[in-house]
Amino acid sequence: MVDRSPEPRADVCVVGAGPAGAIVAARLAEAGHDVVVLEGGPRFDDESRREKLDSHLRPGEENPWGMGGERDAYTTDGDRDYPLNAARVKGVGGSTLHWQGMVMRLHERDFEMATRHGVGTDWPIDYDDLRPYYAAAERELGVAGADDNPYAPPREEPFPLPAFPPSRSDSVFAEACESLGLDMHSVPNARNSEGTDEAPACVGYGTCQPVCPSGAKYTAERHVRTAEAAGARVIDRAPVQRLEHDESGDRLTHATYATPDGETHTQSARQFVVACGGVETPRLLLLSRSETYPDGLANSSGAVGRYFCDHLFAGAGGTYDRQTDQNHVGFNTSECHQFYDDDDPVVGTKLEFLNYAGPSPVTTALNADTWGDDLLAGLQRDYGTHLAMGALVEQLPQRENRIELDPSRTDDHGNPVPQIHWSLDDRTRAGLRRANEIQTAVLSELGVTPEWTVGPADTGPAYHHMGTTRMGTDPDASVVDPDLRTHDLDNCWLVGSGAFPTGGAMNPTLTIAALAVRAADRLAAEL
Amino acid sequence: MKLTRRDALAALSAAGVAVGGGVVADRVVDDETLDAELLEAGEDEPTLDESARETLVAVADVVYPTGLEGVAAFVETYTEGRLLADESRRASVATTLSELDEVSREWESTGFAALGPGDRDGLLRELAVDTADPDPEGLLPGRLRYYVVNDLLYALYASPTGGELAGTPNPIGHPGGYRTQLSPEYQRASPAETRDPTAERRDSVRGDASDETETDTSSETTTADGGGDSG
Repeated sequence: MVDRSPEPRADVCVVGAGPAGAIVAARLAEAGHDVVVLEGGPRFDDESRREKLDSHLRPGEENPWGMGGERDAYTTDGDRDYPLNAARVKGVGGSTLHWQGMVMRLHERDFEMATRHGVGTDWPIDYDDLRPYYAAAERELGVAGADDNPYAPPREEPFPLPAFPPSRSDSVFAEACESLGLDMHSVPNARNSEGTDEAPACVGYGTCQPVCPSGAKYTAERHVRTAEAAGARVIDRAPVQRLEHDESGDRLTHATYATPDGETHTQSARQFVVACGGVETPRLLLLSRSETYPDGLANSSGAVGRYFCDHLFAGAGGTYDRQTDQNHVGFNTSECHQFYDDDDPVVGTKLEFLNYAGPSPVTTALNADTWGDDLLAGLQRDYGTHLAMGALVEQLPQRENRIELDPSRTDDHGNPVPQIHWSLDDRTRAGLRRANEIQTAVLSELGVTPEWTVGPADTGPAYHHMGTTRMGTDPDASVVDPDLRTHDLDNCWLVGSGAFPTGGAMNPTLTIAALAVRAADRLAAEL
Repeated sequence: MKLTRRDALAALSAAGVAVGGGVVADRVVDDETLDAELLEAGEDEPTLDESARETLVAVADVVYPTGLEGVAAFVETYTEGRLLADESRRASVATTLSELDEVSREWESTGFAALGPGDRDGLLRELAVDTADPDPEGLLPGRLRYYVVNDLLYALYASPTGGELAGTPNPIGHPGGYRTQLSPEYQRASPAETRDPTAERRDSVRGDASDETETDTSSETTTADGGGDSG
C-alpha cells in the first residue's frame, strides 16, 4: 500500500508535479533541501504509453490520461466555450505528458507591450533578466534547436541538441516562401534529436500529442525522477483542498490534502510552492479564502483568476499535386517568426508549417465504412498530398476574462469547480485574419486552393492557460512579485504561466521553465 | 507485397504489447533475435483454437487488400502477441468469432472460413459490420468491428508494409525513425540576411490585416474546436 501520509519535516511543499513544480522540486532537492510534492493526479506507468498510443488511434476511446470526469469538471460562462480538459493532464508530469513540446523564448517586446505599443502591461522583468534562465531552461528540457532564426531574441550559447532537419513539406513550402520573401527557420523542440543519458532519440511514432511512447519527448517526469533521486518525496493522488495560513495572515502553515482512502491530511512546511497551472492555481487560492483573505488567498489585489488569456489558433490547408509525406512524425520542424514583432496588428503571430496535415492511413482505416481494395484505394487517394499551415496569435490580457469558482457545481471532493469566462477581442481577431492572409498567400503561391481555414469565426485556444496570478511590483495590481512570491504571504510562491502579465504568441513552457529555475534560486536563498 | 514477422511485431508494438523480453519493434534486431523472442512469446498454448484462428484469417482475407502475401502468418503472430497479454480480450475475441461462425452456419449452412471471398464479404456487410461503430460490449456487428475488423486493420496499417501500401514507410503508430520524413537534402527558405528579399512580393503578403478577408469555414479543420497546439 502506498504511504500517502504527510512528510514529518519539509523545508518546501510543492503543490503540483507538472514542469514548474517538478523543476523547482528537483533544484531544491539537489541543493539539499527537504522537499515534498503533492500531486492531485496519479503516477502513470511508463509501460502503459504504447497502450495509450493504441487507444488514442482507435475511434471512440477515452482520453488517454483519464481527464474529463467529475474530478475535472468545470463550467464556462463567456461568449465562447472553453474546452478546458482537451489538453491538460492531472498526474505526475502534468500537461507535459500530453503536450506538443515546442519551446521558444518570448521576444524582448513581449516584456514591454505597454511601453512599446501602449497595450497590455509590462512585465516587471525584461528579456535580459530572464535570458540566462532561458539558457538554463533549454538545458533542463534538452531542447533540440538551431541558431538559424533571424527574428529570435539574442542568445548566448548553442542549443543542447541539434535541430531536427527540415521535412519534405518544409521543402515544398520553401519554394513559396522564397517567392514571397518569407523566412523559414527551425523549431526548438523539447524532444531528443539524439540519444542522451536521459532519453532516447525520437523514433517517429507520430503521436507526440497526446502521448510519446518512446520517451524522447520531454515530460516533467524527468525532473520528478531527479527530485526523487535527490531525496524529494512525491505523493500522487493527493489533491490539495486548501492552503491554511497563520493568525497574522503573513505565512502559510500547511496544505490540506485528500487521499484515495478517503482520509484527509495536512502537510506543513517552511515554504510553499503552488504550481497547478493557470486554472487550478487560482482556483486553489480562491478555495482557500479565509477571514483574513475573504476574496481568496493572496488576493488583496483582486487579480487572482483575472486576466486569463491563451493563444489562438489560425490555420489553412489544402492538397498539393505532389507528395508531401505528412504524418510520419507528430511535430513540426519549421516555423516563421517574421511577423511576430509587427505592430499592425499589434498582437504577436507565430506561423507554423505543419508536418501532420490531412488524414493518416491507420486512423482513416479504422473509421472507414469499407475495407479491402476499396479501402486501400481510398487511403492511397487521400493520403500524402496534404499541406497545411498553422499559427498562434496573441491574446492580450483583459480583466473580464477570468477563472472563478462556480458554486452551483462541485467536483469529486465537493469543491466548487472552476468557471471560465473567456472572450476574444478585436485585436486578436485582426491577428487571426492576418495569419489567414499569409497562410492563404503561401498556399496560393504553391497553386493550392485552401480547402479549409480556421480564423476569427471558428478559432479555438491552444490550451496555454496564462495570466491568472499575474506578476508585478504593485501589490494592488498583481498577485506575485518578480520572484513569483505572493505579495500577501511571505512563504507562498506561485510558479507557472499564471504569472505571465502578457503571453506573447510563443508556446509558454520554456518561459514557465525559465521562471521556475529563477524562482527556485530565489526560494533557495530563503531556506 | 508481403507481410513479415517484423510487420507483426511492429503492429504489436503499436498496440502496446511487449513481445518476449520487451518491445522489439523500435530496436534494430536481427532475425535470429526476432525468432527467439517470438518463440518466447508463443511458448504457451495458442491463445485461440484452430477454428477461431481460421475464422480470423478468413476475415483478414476480406478486409485486407488483395495481393497481399503472408496474411495468415502475420495475423496469427499479431493475434498471439495481442491476446497473450490480455486475457479478457482473448475471451471476447473468441466469443465474437464464434458468434460470426454461428451466423454463417445459420445463414449460409457452412462456417465462415469455408465461404468464398465474395460470400464472406457479403455476410459481413449484411451484418452491417462495415458501417457499425466499434463497441466492445454491444451487439455482434459492433463487437466484430471492435475486436476483429478494426484490430486487423490497425495491425496492417500501423505496420511498415501496410504503411507502404498506403503511401508512407512510417505510418502513425510505427516507430520507423524521424528521418523517414526529415532529410537533410530538403531545404527551408533561407534567412533574410543571406539573400535578396523580393520586396514587392513581401509587401503583398505583409498587407494591412485590417482589410476583411473572407475565409472558408465550412471545411474540415485539423483540430477540434478550431484550436489546438498545447505546447
